[in-house]
Amino acid sequence: MADSRSISLKVNGVAYQKDVEVRVTLADFLRHELRLTGTHIGCEHGVCGACTVLVDGRSMRSCLMLAVQANGHEVTTIEGVAPSPTELHPLQQALRECHGLQCGFCTPGMVTTLMEFLKDCPNPTEEEVRIAICGNLCRCTGYQGIVDAVLAVTGGKRA
Amino acid sequence: MKPPPFAYHDPRTLAEALSLLGSLDDARLLAGGQSLMPMLNMRLVQPRNVIDLNRVEELSYIRLDGEFLEIGAMARQRDIEFSDVVRETFPLMYEAVRHIGHRQTRNRGTIGGSLCQLDPSAELVTVAAAVDATVIVASQLRRRKLPFAEFPAGLMTPAIEANEMLVAVRFPVWKPGHGYGFEEYARRHGDYALASAAALLESDHRRITRARITVGGIAPQPQTLPAKLEGRSPSEALFDEAAEACGDLEAMDDVNFTGEYKRHIAKAMVKRALHKAYGRLSKH
Amino acid sequence: MKLIGASVARLEDEPLLRGKGRFIDDLHMPGMLEAAFVRSPYAHAVVGAIRKEAALALRGVHAVLVRDDLLAYLRNEHMVVGLPSKDYKQDLNRPALPSDEVVHVGQPIAMVIADNRYIAEDAAALVEVDWAPLPEVGDCKAALSADAPKAHRHSPHNLVGEFTIGYGDVDAQFAAAKHIFKERYWQHRGGSHSIECRGTVAVHDGNDGRLTVWTSTQMPHAAQRVLCDMLGFDENAVRVVTPDVGGGFGPKLVFYPEDVCVAIGAMIVGRPVKWIEDRLEHFVATTQERDQYWEVEVAVDGDGRLLAIRGEVIHDHGAYTARGLNLPYNSAEQIAVGYELPAYRMKVRVALTNKIAVTPVRGAGHPQGVFVMERLLDRIARELSLDRAEVRRRNLVPAHKMPYQTGVKNRGGMAVVLDSGDYPRCQQDALDRIGWSDFPRRQADARKTGCYLGIGIANFVKGTGRGPFETVTVRIGPSGRILVHTGAAAMGQSTRTMLAQIVAEQLGGDMSNVTVVAGDTGTVATGMGGSNSRQAVLAGTSAHTAAVNVRNKVIKVASHLLEAAEQDLDIEGRSVVVKGVKDMRVDFAKVASAVAGTAGYSLPAGVEPGLEATESVVIDPMTYANGTAAAEVEVDIETGGVRIVKLVFVHDCGRILHPMIVNGQLLGGIAHGIGNALFEWMRYDEHGQPLTGTLADYLLVTATEMPAIELSHHESPTPLNPLGIKGVGECGVIPIAPAVISAVEDALAPFGARIARTPITPGDIVAMVTARAK
Repeated sequence: MADSRSISLKVNGVAYQKDVEVRVTLADFLRHELRLTGTHIGCEHGVCGACTVLVDGRSMRSCLMLAVQANGHEVTTIEGVAPSPTELHPLQQALRECHGLQCGFCTPGMVTTLMEFLKDCPNPTEEEVRIAICGNLCRCTGYQGIVDAVLAVTGGKRA
Repeated sequence: MKPPPFAYHDPRTLAEALSLLGSLDDARLLAGGQSLMPMLNMRLVQPRNVIDLNRVEELSYIRLDGEFLEIGAMARQRDIEFSDVVRETFPLMYEAVRHIGHRQTRNRGTIGGSLCQLDPSAELVTVAAAVDATVIVASQLRRRKLPFAEFPAGLMTPAIEANEMLVAVRFPVWKPGHGYGFEEYARRHGDYALASAAALLESDHRRITRARITVGGIAPQPQTLPAKLEGRSPSEALFDEAAEACGDLEAMDDVNFTGEYKRHIAKAMVKRALHKAYGRLSKH
Repeated sequence: MKLIGASVARLEDEPLLRGKGRFIDDLHMPGMLEAAFVRSPYAHAVVGAIRKEAALALRGVHAVLVRDDLLAYLRNEHMVVGLPSKDYKQDLNRPALPSDEVVHVGQPIAMVIADNRYIAEDAAALVEVDWAPLPEVGDCKAALSADAPKAHRHSPHNLVGEFTIGYGDVDAQFAAAKHIFKERYWQHRGGSHSIECRGTVAVHDGNDGRLTVWTSTQMPHAAQRVLCDMLGFDENAVRVVTPDVGGGFGPKLVFYPEDVCVAIGAMIVGRPVKWIEDRLEHFVATTQERDQYWEVEVAVDGDGRLLAIRGEVIHDHGAYTARGLNLPYNSAEQIAVGYELPAYRMKVRVALTNKIAVTPVRGAGHPQGVFVMERLLDRIARELSLDRAEVRRRNLVPAHKMPYQTGVKNRGGMAVVLDSGDYPRCQQDALDRIGWSDFPRRQADARKTGCYLGIGIANFVKGTGRGPFETVTVRIGPSGRILVHTGAAAMGQSTRTMLAQIVAEQLGGDMSNVTVVAGDTGTVATGMGGSNSRQAVLAGTSAHTAAVNVRNKVIKVASHLLEAAEQDLDIEGRSVVVKGVKDMRVDFAKVASAVAGTAGYSLPAGVEPGLEATESVVIDPMTYANGTAAAEVEVDIETGGVRIVKLVFVHDCGRILHPMIVNGQLLGGIAHGIGNALFEWMRYDEHGQPLTGTLADYLLVTATEMPAIELSHHESPTPLNPLGIKGVGECGVIPIAPAVISAVEDALAPFGARIARTPITPGDIVAMVTARAK
């Protein structure tokens, strides 16, 4: 008999109470239980970063967390980043303007990672931006457009 | 790649956790999950029980206790990275922690998890060896202290019984103004170190009075470099000479690199770590 | 031109930025079940009994299917997909599921269908299989020796194909040559590793018998064809739909056993079935590129001018034909493309191994050909004490000879004719930007401080726009909205934006009025999909032609409605206007309604019903893009680490449709190229067991490994299509490995380093440095 727990958590400001099997990862819970499919799964061993979400404001790989571990915490996913259905967050807008996405699969993880980074480091150098995203793999862009977007938002300079 | 079924336990206190460890069969401790979760996802391990330590708050602390820095097993690597007391009293650890994976890894990963995993490349393992840390291991019945040199029982295997867990680590602090340097070479930023070196120096302004160089990443356990620097005048030539001692170290061949190559880069890491350490020695 | 040539906002971005993409794993359907596969742990084995009882007994398991369970649904149990060629010696097509022999680690032998993926994996682990391991072929060179085991036990040998391409009197050129140099190269390229792995969802409608398959594919029409062939269905009964695709890079154009198994599974259980590949599977179950071994000789005159090249290459095909012999063909063909080469002969032997099939990854064999030529030119330069750039300048096809007929044909049998481009000018631009002439002084100064800098250069010419066509329908409905349907497939390369841009250019300039549906066989009957840097050229051309046709119809109908002459009309936004007259206009909706037909009323004279055009413009000859990469590197001789200090990439893709998208394609391709030079190595042991199995071992380039890159564009429009465009998707990859390797060799010149391989690792570099020191 599969072991289940009842969990209460907030996701993008909305409170949920759900029963979840203990072995289900947070990534799968968000995607399949809550139908928030913006968080993507790329490797399930903590390397690609596509599944990155914010838990209490800190970026974490949701494929390496169990859903039950999010009980009592606040999760922010990509769906919670834009301020409204008609406005984008400045980082999202900059990614668009700088062609910082192509297929878009790594993008949600990039954005959540950068949201934490920009809070901690509002005026990064290019090198610091690159280090901030080196745990997020992209196979399409070569990263240049993403770096440009972050520097555009922070007013920083290309090295 | 989904985890196999297991029974899940989330104790709130250390006593509860130890009680579970003492009574459950085939249990793994889940700390930061950065090592265990990939193994579960890949079904490389299939424990009957998982004991999640993330709600045991009493295991998460960093405190200076006289000449020791004591860190609880569940202290996050991120908290170590941002700790003023670590930065002030144990800057080697501060420098090393920043090499661990990426921000997402460190936000979740713990010192206890890293030390118990005993990955040859693990920065915290090398640092613990560098200062002869003491690990504190507890079971329901007793607490014991173990010098870090006795902590590994073999490759990636700590000398911990099935009913025991690591609860804290005590790091002796070096004199204020000591020189420190941590260097590692990895293929990409954040990757596992192919070789690392931790250098610690104290001097009396003319000669080195205390030196400890530890090489990690190239063998199952960190190794103390058999180079005698005490009593010598610090110089680049001395550091080059010390680095040559890497030729005497054990080094593992693996699929990608030979032991010979690893000794070679260990030399470079030792030189660079010593150079940094010397530059940071307080010279008043 | 309002839109073409401008970096317009992408249609794709908003939903993707909000996490509202619809990738294959995002699809949810009522009653949907999930599948997992039981896969061979052996590179070669006989499969005996497969016992399902324990798996079936698990709660939540609906089916465990093996080959015998599929037979009733399979008219043809093999995927017959090989690109046509007379050079095959053996036909080795993949079965849906094997009957009794597995030939690579990861080959699927059974499929579990369960409530969810967690349970499916639990059940897959409970399937018991009697394996009898067989000797494995772990290396493509060893595969061709007389006493090698057979990769397929009933095959006579391991040679799957063999051909020689060439022209001119090679041997005479060699006999008379002033200088002859011999080289051997090993080249390895790895897998796709799109961040999204593969996946398929199948639904079989029990009421009308129609099968709908969503799949993360680059070629939906090809997938439809294979499904129809295997299942014995006609095109009306099978629809393939492409969701958002998280990167393709080649291997997603292949049709796989899992895809047909999922389709049949859906028919058997009577419920939608989803299978999503995980990363561990991607390493063993998705096609990849792999190894080539070259032995070549080059003959030159006293000035370093090429006279002839001859040699042999052995190419690892893997265990099955999943695409064709195109990969090694491209590599061999490539050598004769870009430089003037009077005579050429390359013998290619294609070997079977017990590893996953080899099919193109971005670049498709062309990088390997470029590597060989560029390394040979470096060798010539060194031997003749010539500057490496000067040797190239002497041999590049000059601009005044365009169009230039090379001596080779491409794999489709078409003559390779270089249509436009100024290769020497591109090279010179690259040399200027990297500071080539000044570099020796900087290098010498750096060496004095123990710093090893090096510089390298490589040219390439790449055939793009492989035909024969791509289908595009442009339609304006009575709503006034412009609808574009195409067989082209999007995988991140901005296909929908590209097509909307081209169509809107003709039809009012308002891209927000254009809806593009790509990759749905239900909307266009024909299509070819994404590969070979072809879609801008072929889909773009068809879109342009169809849009022009629709534009002409719109103007004709509007001239009736406005009672104005056609030449006085223009299209702005969503309306047709009379030039210079303020209030005389009619909007698209009205025009479309006028020709939608009202019962009993005639259409305006000379006008056809509907505002629609479908085009599949045929362009057989390829159009050749070109470029030059120049790299400056710093080699740390203590660690063997290579830092690319700067990369210059000069490029000509004809008329640039969208500058930002072109840049993005180049930068992304460059990242793959850097991976090929320094990082990506899919390793196996001698038994065909993968040693590289996770992304911790297989190194993809991250943001910190990317250097400062300077892009420079030249535009030599092609006469081969009305827009003058050439493809760009693969170009970034192609010259990077030789440019970087040449630079590393240059940095290590004091150590007499010679590098004849790609990738190169820090261990290799340290070995070269210490060998010299001894």
